[in-house]
Amino acid sequence: MLDAAGPQAARVLDLWWLTLAICLLVFFGVLLFCGLALWRAPKTQGPAAPDLASLSMAERGPRAAVAVAVAASTGLLFVLIIASFVADRALANMGPPDLKIELTGHRWWWEARYDASDPSKTFATANELHIPVGRTVLLELKADDVIHSFWVPNLAGKKDLIPGRTATLSLRADRAGTYRGQCAEFCGVQHAKMALLVTAMPQDEYDKWAAAQRESAPEPADKQQARGLELFVNGTCAMCHAIQGTPAHGRRAPDLTHLASRRTLAAGTLPNTRGHLAGWILDPQGIKPGVNMPANPMPPEDLDALLAYLEALK
Amino acid sequence: MNPLLEKTWSDPPGVSGFFSAIDHKTIGLRYLVTAFGFFVAAGLLAALMRMQLSRPENTLVGPDLYNQLFTMHGTTMMFLFAVPVMQGMAIYLLPLMLGSRSVAFPRMTAFSYWIYLFGGLMLYVAFFLNIGPDAGWFSYVPLAGPEYSPGKRVDFWAQTITFSELSGLLAAVTVIATVLKLRAPGMTLARMPLFVWAMLVTAFMILFAMPAVMLASTALILDRLVGTHFYNPAEGGDAVLWQHLFWFFGHPEVYFIFIPGLAFMSTIIPTFSRRPMFGYPAMVLALIATAFLAFGLWVHHMFAAHLPELGKSFFTAASMLIAIPTAIQIFCWIATMWKGRLWLATPMLFSLAFFFVLVAGGLTGIMVASVPLDFQLHDTYFVVAHLHYVLIGGAVFPLFGAWYYWWPKFTGRMLSERLGKWQFWLFFIGFEVAFYPMHHLGLQGMPRRVYTYPADLGWDGLNMLSSLGAVVIASSMLLFVANCMLSLRRAAPCPENPWGAGTLEWATASPPRAYNFDAIPIVRARDPLWEASREPPSEPDHVVGLAEKVREALVTTAVEAMPDHRATFPNPSVWPFISAVAVTVLFVGSIFTPWAVVWASLPVAIAVTLWFWPRHKETVEHLAIEKRP
Amino acid sequence: MNHRSLDVSALPSYRYGHHSLMWWGMMGMIAVEGMAFALSIAAYLFLRSQSQEWPLGVPPPDLLWGTLNVGILLASMLPNHWTKRAAEQGHEHRMRIGLVICALFGFALIAVRVLEFGTLNCRWDSNAYGSIVWLILALHTVHLATDVYDTLVLAVLFFTGPLEGRRHVDVAENALYWYFVVYSWIPIYLVIYWVPRLPS
Repeated sequence: MLDAAGPQAARVLDLWWLTLAICLLVFFGVLLFCGLALWRAPKTQGPAAPDLASLSMAERGPRAAVAVAVAASTGLLFVLIIASFVADRALANMGPPDLKIELTGHRWWWEARYDASDPSKTFATANELHIPVGRTVLLELKADDVIHSFWVPNLAGKKDLIPGRTATLSLRADRAGTYRGQCAEFCGVQHAKMALLVTAMPQDEYDKWAAAQRESAPEPADKQQARGLELFVNGTCAMCHAIQGTPAHGRRAPDLTHLASRRTLAAGTLPNTRGHLAGWILDPQGIKPGVNMPANPMPPEDLDALLAYLEALK
Repeated sequence: MNPLLEKTWSDPPGVSGFFSAIDHKTIGLRYLVTAFGFFVAAGLLAALMRMQLSRPENTLVGPDLYNQLFTMHGTTMMFLFAVPVMQGMAIYLLPLMLGSRSVAFPRMTAFSYWIYLFGGLMLYVAFFLNIGPDAGWFSYVPLAGPEYSPGKRVDFWAQTITFSELSGLLAAVTVIATVLKLRAPGMTLARMPLFVWAMLVTAFMILFAMPAVMLASTALILDRLVGTHFYNPAEGGDAVLWQHLFWFFGHPEVYFIFIPGLAFMSTIIPTFSRRPMFGYPAMVLALIATAFLAFGLWVHHMFAAHLPELGKSFFTAASMLIAIPTAIQIFCWIATMWKGRLWLATPMLFSLAFFFVLVAGGLTGIMVASVPLDFQLHDTYFVVAHLHYVLIGGAVFPLFGAWYYWWPKFTGRMLSERLGKWQFWLFFIGFEVAFYPMHHLGLQGMPRRVYTYPADLGWDGLNMLSSLGAVVIASSMLLFVANCMLSLRRAAPCPENPWGAGTLEWATASPPRAYNFDAIPIVRARDPLWEASREPPSEPDHVVGLAEKVREALVTTAVEAMPDHRATFPNPSVWPFISAVAVTVLFVGSIFTPWAVVWASLPVAIAVTLWFWPRHKETVEHLAIEKRP
Repeated sequence: MNHRSLDVSALPSYRYGHHSLMWWGMMGMIAVEGMAFALSIAAYLFLRSQSQEWPLGVPPPDLLWGTLNVGILLASMLPNHWTKRAAEQGHEHRMRIGLVICALFGFALIAVRVLEFGTLNCRWDSNAYGSIVWLILALHTVHLATDVYDTLVLAVLFFTGPLEGRRHVDVAENALYWYFVVYSWIPIYLVIYWVPRLPS
């Protein structure tokens, strides 16, 4: 949260520094007065006779001091309340969106549909968002099963994805880069491994990326890839996963049409390399126990074919 | 020592005495020992969690067990340790501090203890059978609903709530009736010790907050057991309904734990500053204001959920403003110390830790009270740090101070000051090492409730440091247990009032006799033992005329504490225990079938009826001394 | 020091109303249960505010039995009050009669309540509307049933003994609880039977 790459996170960070300063002031102030009291008051090592003078005499000095301290604390609190309101209003005023992404939280992955309202432009991806730098993105947040929470601290605060409701979050990245996010609402056994990446890139690079995402998967380039596609479609993979341009249209798991263009697998759990992909396909339970994907033991030639096909899905 | 009174007010000895005991001191100690046991259990669970998190991608504890661990840790600490231990302190100390022989409803107090114990045992039996709950201590739906938490795990959690809330509510009713009706003559509301005020305020809060979680958990069990749809969005239910009901209880709940901590502070600081508390009226008003405001904060646990913006701003303001009454209390304590003579014994050290730890936690609370900041900090380790700072700083440190303070009264012996100071410093240092780094982890993006984390994010070092802190905390607890055992076995008997304190409990034997006071005192001051020398010698200072062969106590008026009538109190009975067993059968049975509510009601009805049913011999004894109004 | 003592042996052994411990215990229970009712009504209104139509897919509950229960409950306040006065005056014979009459009213109410459940026009497991209606009605029924049982136990006790003055206070406090059962029914009745009939 301390490295803000967009206005939402930046405004929160500004409020953070102000709040931290005031709180440190109060903290050390209290410690100072407490310490002074400890230092200057006479000490005793046993039950000395109690001092009952205060029962018949008003203690004007302490009363005034306490009143001043309470007034000062109240004043500082009001400063913080107002600062909080101001920041809150600012966060709400992000302006009209340049891009709309529908994000649905599942156990334990993120489904993203870009421009869902325009059939000519829409495409689906999972776990990794790309957005143009300097443009306002409106995320429509839904959940398919339990409550999740979308949180990319470099860019913005978090928002819950609640089944039965649609929430929205506006954000903007003002700096190119890749920012990590993670589900922030306990959603079951693999809540810990439900991360996502948001990559912000200049508008022209983004347009190229989006255009590539809209393309269907390429035809298999050789026999090995064809065998890989065949295994995918005829085996269990297609029951959950979709690859546009093939008969695989499963919607229960991430869309894999451009799998090879992603940096990670399994919602930010593994780097997207051949070895990791192989390990994931063969035994997802060993890496992310409890995940909905079953184990897929297969002979090495089949695995090679499948990997060859998947690696071509850029 | 009055042998007749002792015989009248003692619980029977032996095994049957164990099950029929109703002496508030016995019940209070049972609460304290049981609560400490759960504290240690929850601490061990936390130690396991910290061991798992000490290294990234660790494989010591898998996700399923880890989720059970943090669920059990939170549930145990909040429901089976923190609230019961405070109620136990109240049950033990209130009659002594008020100048009474008993709590208002001694049998019901015994029943509430058994219910608490059985509920806690049920939860741990489930955990050891690997069917412990795993959806978090807050058990959000739909995760905790029938579709995503199949089996009985969450039902054991929900029923633990039913047990602990029933116990808590009954104890709260007893506290209110005791404080308002059983005070010694002359102890007007304005002369009640701040400890009593704090416990009274807490009990009122409990009455109005606990029903929310009872309702919520009952609806959850119904969704899971008989197909209702309270939380099912597909059939008109709402997942956010759970959050509203739970947090409407959940926020006041932390004050059930914190306000008794304030009770301890307001007792220990004046005693060890050798002077009355500064600003008594402001302290009372601050307690009452805190209690009211506490009910207006609950939505700050839900800022990231889908809620109207304007509503959230109200809760930000309320969540910040509740700091003001606490600030008043802090400044008044400092003023008391400033103008006092300080005796830095162990109870005082533990109380001083409050100024460091709770104040820090309160300030991080102000941070997360702000909606924009909370958007970043919610559900991260920053909040884990915050909650442990306020709960441990505001309640557990003062609680240890209170245990060192009242141990001589409970046992007739002192705890070792040397071991006490060692324990204090180990605990304080261990606490800071364990929990301070969590602020930074939250700022760096580490969410809560994760069984592991990746190695390349830079979270490793702080996690390892935090885990080392946990080890130091554990060692401090071992020292505490050693101190207790050594004290019980070896220490010399101590005087009635080793701290030279001013409140009435120190005018009894250490430990007190079964009947508490030889004669009910008459009170004319806030610190009666300190101000006794200022009182006119011709005024009455004790009560006579209460029966000694029959359990009879004096009931006074609620505000002015004028003598009102002489009430007879119940004798020890095994029926609270048997009723608790019957209720346990009903509660546990209804985890498995709704029909249990029907057939198990019958033994409950029989047991409770026999509990109430007057005995011929007792009635004759009462009639012999009865005076009609 | 020669201090005098305060002799309290002339004080009575029991008193009624807010003087008695039992009253405070009873009020505590009423606070808890009243809060539970208030929260369940709040949950009802919350769920209603989140829905497009209300009730969900069914007609509102039939008015007959619920309204009849309003009548019986209000009527029951008479014998209840009479019994409470008898208790405060220590008339054991009248208390016996009063407790029996109150118990009979209680049985009638329970019988009508059973019929009420049958004409709610919804099931607890059909949807959230059905669930919350059944929950609220069931909560009130539990209080009704326990108070009828209490009244029955006291009635039997007053015929068998052993009795002392404190038992008169128990009868008076039981009557207080009955007031709560009656008064709490009014908002619950309005919510269950009339809120779904409001134009939305």
